[in-house]
Amino acid sequence: MKRVVIVGAGQGGFQAAASLRQEGFSGDITLIGDEPEIPYQRPPLSKAYLKSAETPSLSLRPSQFYQDNAIALRLGSWVRAIDRANARVEINGEHIAYDHLILATGSRNLRPPIPGVQNTIGLRNLADAKALKVRMRPGMRIGIIGGGFIGLEFAAVARAMGCEVTVAEAAPRLMARAVSTQMSALFAQKHRDLGVEILLGDGAVEIDKTGFTLSSGQRVECDLILLAAGVVPNTELASLVGLDVDNGICVDEHLLTADPTISALGDCASFPDPLTGRLIRLESVQAATDHARLIAKRITQGHADPYRAVPWFWSDQADWKLQIAGLADPSDAAVQVNDSCIIRLQGHRVTAVETINNAKAHMKARKLMSSGEMLWLADFSVGHAEVQGQYDKQNA
Amino acid sequence: MVSITFIQPDGAAQTVQATEGDSVMQTALNNNIAGIFAECGGAMMCATCHCYVEDDWSAQTGPKSDGEDDMLECAETEVTDASRLTCQIKVTPDLDGLVIRLPAELS
Repeated sequence: MKRVVIVGAGQGGFQAAASLRQEGFSGDITLIGDEPEIPYQRPPLSKAYLKSAETPSLSLRPSQFYQDNAIALRLGSWVRAIDRANARVEINGEHIAYDHLILATGSRNLRPPIPGVQNTIGLRNLADAKALKVRMRPGMRIGIIGGGFIGLEFAAVARAMGCEVTVAEAAPRLMARAVSTQMSALFAQKHRDLGVEILLGDGAVEIDKTGFTLSSGQRVECDLILLAAGVVPNTELASLVGLDVDNGICVDEHLLTADPTISALGDCASFPDPLTGRLIRLESVQAATDHARLIAKRITQGHADPYRAVPWFWSDQADWKLQIAGLADPSDAAVQVNDSCIIRLQGHRVTAVETINNAKAHMKARKLMSSGEMLWLADFSVGHAEVQGQYDKQNA
Repeated sequence: MVSITFIQPDGAAQTVQATEGDSVMQTALNNNIAGIFAECGGAMMCATCHCYVEDDWSAQTGPKSDGEDDMLECAETEVTDASRLTCQIKVTPDLDGLVIRLPAELS
């Protein structure tokens, strides 16, 4: 193996390049990204970055790192096509040959076809965050379409800056895809206590320069509209060359596509859940970096164990740090252990542990889950009797 | 500028210049210090920027952050009384001369 080409220079693409060198890969590495900046951290964009007076550097490594590690960075470059027959990609008319290709194309903001959607701003990359930072002022009225992680993190930051904030969510609860009904309710109350107006089960149906109208007919007047309605994976490049796509680019437990010379990772990849075998796609730093490390190991050593890392997620909203270990289906049951911990269940099997400002419980859950064994309610001895009682009542 | 010395488990030392306001973790990343992975980028989510603060510096580096001990408990390297997460140590002029030791990977 001589040449690895990585398409996408986000967290996952960067990690793949860095891990290849850590593993001792001595061939050529080309890391191609469409943004002008050297690879940077995305999570702070909706959190600390907007709040800080100065403009902190978010670079994952200084530019010297890429020289020292002989990683050829091709920034501001779009891969228009993959030529599988000749094992090469094309950027700006130039061909770059690969022995192995890693697709780390990530995701982009979903822009639902709501009339007037062009009046909204998204928050996904550094350019978006810079644009928002320039515009945000205390007292400004900010409308946020979408009550997921990004919308709510931004709401908390904007509120802390003294803005008047309204969040409109089409689903009946906040972060519905990611957390339990109980956790959604705790966060709705938290944001309301902070003075954020939370409108649920009421999606935007029409947008203009001065605000938006919800399905109920309610009007939200605002000076700035953030569209935070989720993301779509960038799978077009893979589809174009006949690779299977099912929500994300389909890969096996080794994160390989049907083409043994092409891997995919992170936001853009659909991979088999180690516990259920079902294809899942995760939008998280954890998935991007753990995928990247496995692929780097496989390329360098010629083999790697099947992927089975425990998913984990976090979100900072005001002084609450939400942490999730594991992966629950939205329909999974939930049992609240105490003020800061909710356990998600399928039957008696624990699928996820949701915590607020409780790193101890979060890390314990991650540790238990990383054994690879299925976890049962009985494995969580803290407050076990009480939890069991609640559970039995719920399922009576 | 503030000088910080990072000492690897094998004794190899590297002294670098840190910028006030950065974290010690950011300083380590900027200078390619081995052993600081900083997976979560300083959000205190991963314990992969674990280090030991040399004894005479513990007063200047200040107390641990809320939850830092809980994260340290789960570090994959040996945790001692001198253990800190470098993402939670902010570079101040008081830290000029700070000595940080990197943990050995547990085998």
